[in-house]
Amino acid sequence: MVYLTRLEHFNAAHKLYNPSWTKEHNEAVFGLCANENWHGHNFELFVTVKGTPDPDTGFLMDVKALSRIVNEHVIEALDHKNLNIEVPFLQGKMCTTENLAMAIWDQILPYLPPKVQLHRIKLYETPRIYVEYFGEQ
Amino acid sequence: MGQEKVAVFRKAHFNAAHRLHVKDWEESKNDQVFGKCNNPHFHGHNYELIVKVTGPVDPVTGFVVDLKWLNDIIQQEITHRFDHKNLNLDTSEFKSLIPTAENIAIVIYRLLRQKIDLALDLQVRLYETERNFVEFPAS
Repeated sequence: MVYLTRLEHFNAAHKLYNPSWTKEHNEAVFGLCANENWHGHNFELFVTVKGTPDPDTGFLMDVKALSRIVNEHVIEALDHKNLNIEVPFLQGKMCTTENLAMAIWDQILPYLPPKVQLHRIKLYETPRIYVEYFGEQ
Repeated sequence: MGQEKVAVFRKAHFNAAHRLHVKDWEESKNDQVFGKCNNPHFHGHNYELIVKVTGPVDPVTGFVVDLKWLNDIIQQEITHRFDHKNLNLDTSEFKSLIPTAENIAIVIYRLLRQKIDLALDLQVRLYETERNFVEFPAS
């Protein structure tokens, strides 16, 4: 078993705000992140797949193909966007880094070649905060 | 000792939403010039700020400037003003000034310059992303 990681990045606006709560309750729970006018981040996304290298190519998978999948199905939807209002696969979800990482997993999984398994989504919201998701165990 | 100049640095960070948009331009021209950065729903960044203060070392304290004091000034003047804000909507500084990294650096410099002894040189470096950064004044 070998693990292959592709790093991509995007930047976006969001807010942490539960629309079924009052503004005061949102501010009490989410603090500055509840700013109604949004704030934003530079997100760094590490996508790790695992499997056995093909005996002919020596590749687990063509990493350019992995990059294309991540760009087409994740980055194009998220980069320079407002996560709360412009991203179809986040509609109705709280735009936390946890939920974003899990949604990114679901966006990538269907497009991987047979025999290649998705291992981990590692998503940095800031250089000091990141989330890891390994799928449902 | 005493006359030699030393540069001291303090880092800070804030994150914010913004949009690059000129009100007087057609939407097509804004899109052409600013591309994705013109998104009307905004986007955002983790900004990293490096403040450089240059001057002689005080013979008594051994400091160019007390870095704890410098950090307090940066927090008070910059971080509290811009962190988790929408630069276009939530700040008076960018009501009519486009919040590019260049302009944000100039604004930060001017805010800090008012608080730091004019005998000391001041320069700010602002990272908008890991790969895009600006300095003011240009050396």
